[in-house]
Amino acid sequence: MLAIDNLRIGFRTRNGHVEAVKGISLAVGSGETMGIVGESGSGKSVTAYALLRILDAGGRIEAGTCVYSGIDLAHAPERQMADVRGREISMIFQNPRAALNPIRKVGHQIEDVLVRHNRAGRNNARSKAIAAMEAVKIRDAAARYHAYPFELSGGMCQRIVIALALACDPRLLIADEPTTGLDITTQKAVMDLVAALIRERGMSSILITHDLGLAAQYCDKITVMKDGVVVETGDAVDVFARPQHAYTRRLVDATPREGATVRSLLPAEARGPDPAYTVRDTALLRVQNLEKTFAGKSGPVHAVKGISFRVRDGETLGLVGESGCGKSTTSAMVVRLADPTSGKILFDGEDIGAVPAKSFARDKRRGKIQMVFQDATDSLNPRHAAGRAIEEPLRRLTDLSARARRDRVAELADLVGLPLHLIDRFPHQLSGGQKARVGIARALGTDPRFLILDEPTAALDVSIQAVVLNLLADLRARLGISYLFVSHDLQVVRLLCDRVVVMRAGEIVEEGEADQVMHAPSHPYTAELIAAAPHPPTLKS
Amino acid sequence: MSTAAAKSGQTAFGHILYVLKDNPVTLIAFFMFAVLIAMAVVGPSLVPYDPLASEAAVALQPPSWAHWFGTDSLGRDVFSRVIVATRLDLTISVAAVALSFVAGSVLGGLAGYYGGWLDAGLSRILDTIMAFPLFVLAMGIVAALGNSVENIIYATAIINLPFYARLVRAEVNTRREAGFALAAKLSGNRDLSVLALHIFPNALPPMMVQVSLNLGWAILNAAGLSFIGLGVRPPTAEWGIMVAEGANFIVSGEWWLALFPGLFLVIAVFTFNLLGDGLRDIVDPRRRT
Amino acid sequence: MAAAPLALPRLGFLRRGRPILMRIAQAIPVVVGVVIISFVLTRALPGDPAVYFAGPTADEKSIAEVRAKLGLDKPLPTQFAIYAQDLLKGDLGTSLTTGQPVMEDLARRLPASLELTLAALLLSCAIAVPLGVLAATRPGSWVDHLCRVLVTAGVSMPTFFTGILLIYIFYYLLGWAPSPLGRLDFIYFEPSRVTGFFLVDAVLAGDWETFFAALRQLALPACTLALFTLAPIARMTRAAMLSALSSDFVRTARAAGLTKRKVVYGYALKNALLPVVTTLGMVFSFTLGANVLVEKVFAWPGIGSYAVEALVASDYAAVQGFVLAMALLFVALNLVIDLLYAAIDPRIGFKAR
Repeated sequence: MLAIDNLRIGFRTRNGHVEAVKGISLAVGSGETMGIVGESGSGKSVTAYALLRILDAGGRIEAGTCVYSGIDLAHAPERQMADVRGREISMIFQNPRAALNPIRKVGHQIEDVLVRHNRAGRNNARSKAIAAMEAVKIRDAAARYHAYPFELSGGMCQRIVIALALACDPRLLIADEPTTGLDITTQKAVMDLVAALIRERGMSSILITHDLGLAAQYCDKITVMKDGVVVETGDAVDVFARPQHAYTRRLVDATPREGATVRSLLPAEARGPDPAYTVRDTALLRVQNLEKTFAGKSGPVHAVKGISFRVRDGETLGLVGESGCGKSTTSAMVVRLADPTSGKILFDGEDIGAVPAKSFARDKRRGKIQMVFQDATDSLNPRHAAGRAIEEPLRRLTDLSARARRDRVAELADLVGLPLHLIDRFPHQLSGGQKARVGIARALGTDPRFLILDEPTAALDVSIQAVVLNLLADLRARLGISYLFVSHDLQVVRLLCDRVVVMRAGEIVEEGEADQVMHAPSHPYTAELIAAAPHPPTLKS
Repeated sequence: MSTAAAKSGQTAFGHILYVLKDNPVTLIAFFMFAVLIAMAVVGPSLVPYDPLASEAAVALQPPSWAHWFGTDSLGRDVFSRVIVATRLDLTISVAAVALSFVAGSVLGGLAGYYGGWLDAGLSRILDTIMAFPLFVLAMGIVAALGNSVENIIYATAIINLPFYARLVRAEVNTRREAGFALAAKLSGNRDLSVLALHIFPNALPPMMVQVSLNLGWAILNAAGLSFIGLGVRPPTAEWGIMVAEGANFIVSGEWWLALFPGLFLVIAVFTFNLLGDGLRDIVDPRRRT
Repeated sequence: MAAAPLALPRLGFLRRGRPILMRIAQAIPVVVGVVIISFVLTRALPGDPAVYFAGPTADEKSIAEVRAKLGLDKPLPTQFAIYAQDLLKGDLGTSLTTGQPVMEDLARRLPASLELTLAALLLSCAIAVPLGVLAATRPGSWVDHLCRVLVTAGVSMPTFFTGILLIYIFYYLLGWAPSPLGRLDFIYFEPSRVTGFFLVDAVLAGDWETFFAALRQLALPACTLALFTLAPIARMTRAAMLSALSSDFVRTARAAGLTKRKVVYGYALKNALLPVVTTLGMVFSFTLGANVLVEKVFAWPGIGSYAVEALVASDYAAVQGFVLAMALLFVALNLVIDLLYAAIDPRIGFKAR
């Protein structure tokens, strides 16, 4: 149905010509779902844009053909392409809210497409648009027809984007990271809907994703891309169970999955024994009836509703929940960046919650509780070199001389595996993994006993996530630190944590040993979370 | 530390050179800026005639070898007056922009960081200033405070203030919750040092662009005020007032009186605008490699 | 976030009516602020304000009269009350130069200024918006370069200098334009006053000869002002259009096969106009200021040249009245812009500050 042959795509940039896709070939059969997986920069999205010839300015198809039912999409005249888009091939995007025209009613946006492809006239456009919305299981479609994108939730916006893409019954659907930015439960609903529609209508589809679990679950065939090249293609089950290429094997290894240990994420040759650490039965941190209420526009917002938990000395506790559950607010209060409305935060028996966040910067316990931030790029001052960033807490919180600080920075860099020659570089000159290391080194400078990890790997590719998780495990074993690991992803949390706390709407719904929560959740919400997460493939050797 | 600083200087300089090579227009703007500064510094001691000396015998002469830009109705050398005026015009605009830069940074930084009533109060005041057509407000201020060069500077500074305060406020506000600002707090920085040492320096690049664009606007503004007879008084040489004097002769065809001071005014403003656009390219992080 | 309340079609206006009323209410503190600042400006005079308001030729008696009138011997709050009361009655004091109440002077001359300003704004919008759109849709083309040159030159040219250049070229050298003195050559009679806009009044009177004469007078000053306001509008249109064209929703529209015309004009341009409308506020501010200079250059009998004459004569009541009138006019214009914005942006009801 679609055959891509030796496709090359180049971009004109300020640094000269960059080849994003370097001669790839792949074929999608009728009624087949092809998954294209790869990490950032692999050229998977660019390939999809090239198929519809909607590359950004500066991008150009330089060679190759993309034959779709007899038409070469790479060379077809623009007039013909305009008819192909939306009618024959259509596309759904990541970040659905931005993908819709913000000042046009969603119903009208669907009508525009219907009218353009002569699927509706002036008199029946509205009813057809509503029918298209009903087809994607939007309840009360007639009323939502008049809504603007900003009035709808992210998941609802994605349904509208899907309705828009499917309005003219295309035969090929391209989904570009369709669930990125959505919560896990919404993600599952959206993917199940797309899969059902594809099956019902007998369409072919291409699913572009970085998530192996998603690809394994919804695709018939898989193509693995890396740096603009196809490294492997084949049957979905085979590719992941018996990867032929070392890169595929590394990706599969690095994806957190059922039964994996933190070490098993690494390539086989780099694995060592799991680092051992000891947990003492004394409470290092004890949170009691912690509450946080913000003043909202329509009355007070109860972000955290009186939660209690404790972290033992040397232990790692996972704090899990979907966006808006209050986990970030909780971690901000514990790390003393925000003041609780009421409740206690006992650190080593002393109530640090009583010290206002404003003056905690000069508290003697400041150095003992530190944090690793979610987005390493955002957490580094763009105007400070890596060494300066690591040195900052040493300057403010210790009495070390300049020379001693310099030695300590080198020691910390070594500890987190940051090559010494990189410490003079600025954040924009470092890779994502290197920035994560700088962030961790900075947090360790003052010998903290307690570290809050706020989604420390959320912005990283899986292979780098694997390395960073292992680094955190090693540091815990070496330094005997306790962690509070905040994340939305139970599979990741499970790898590092002894116990897990699950939050929803400002309350703790479940607390228990990590394995027990994963395998025998006591609360239905936890069970729902676990069921909604895609099940990544496992290797069969 | 010292090596890091040296490295930063080196890379930043390298980047500037790179952008300049990419964009010759900015290079020209830098060159023109240097010429303007040189004119303001050494111009008065190099000009061929005394800018205030009148000589009735050579009144209203068109440009010639003796008088490159001609002479005015009192026989004063237009070329000398135009060059000498550079210093006054640049001083007014630089002083006004510096004042509003400093005041705007402090006010906007505090309002953006702390928010609350401070922010609300400042916003009200700025809104009220912006509720006036700015040039008209400047007229009103100079008329009220008195007709002097200092008051032109104050008036120009006041009408520029909202631009800086709002810019800094927005830049600081978006970075208040940024990871690096929170990390700085965890590193033991107090609020004020987080603001001054970590957040504010990141707001500087867009500020520099604003400064450059504003310098041009400040010159226009000051020249406009003196054009309608405010601030600078005859016989002082100043571009705006010279254009005003020349305007009376344009209908009778003595074009050089208004043209040359006007041209220098345009060149100065043009330089600052080009410089601003060029700086925007240099500081735009998306253009960083 | 849960789905926001459903938008019911017929309640749309009610839903957005409230923010509009809110916006009108927000103008009130601004007006109060404007009045306070103008009051401060009248009292900030170095030396004795009474001496200034009475004028350079006043004697002891008239100074004392002015002092009593302004309540300068009373505490500041009382003075402010007197000032505000006078304002409410429309009393801005008496002009020393014309001997008329300032309010009447301003009212008589305002249409001249408005006619000039509006003509210039219409002209510059009609040129700048299409220019900006063309430049953004054809980056690197000659339209783009033309746009860039016009924009940079436009913001660098002082209006008074542009005006003088145009007079020299079109009046002195080419002789195409009438002499730059006022709204109408003295050989014509002013059309009977209905709106005060000569162009409109002449049409209403069916007097096409006067209409064209007034148009000829208006052409140069309007072009001068338009050249100045063209730059910010074109620049903003180009930037907003570029960012709209590279946004995700335009990609969705392209991927759905919508025609290029629909994508560019139906989707991108409508979104791009939002920031342009916001910029109009700033443009009005510049225009009203530049208006003063243009009126002086072309001896245009509006309120700007009135203020300049008053400044020269140290006629403080007239200057302050002018500043206040301009500010109130500007507040009203900003209100119109915001309401216009609310009419085209459905999100406004939620974003209202």
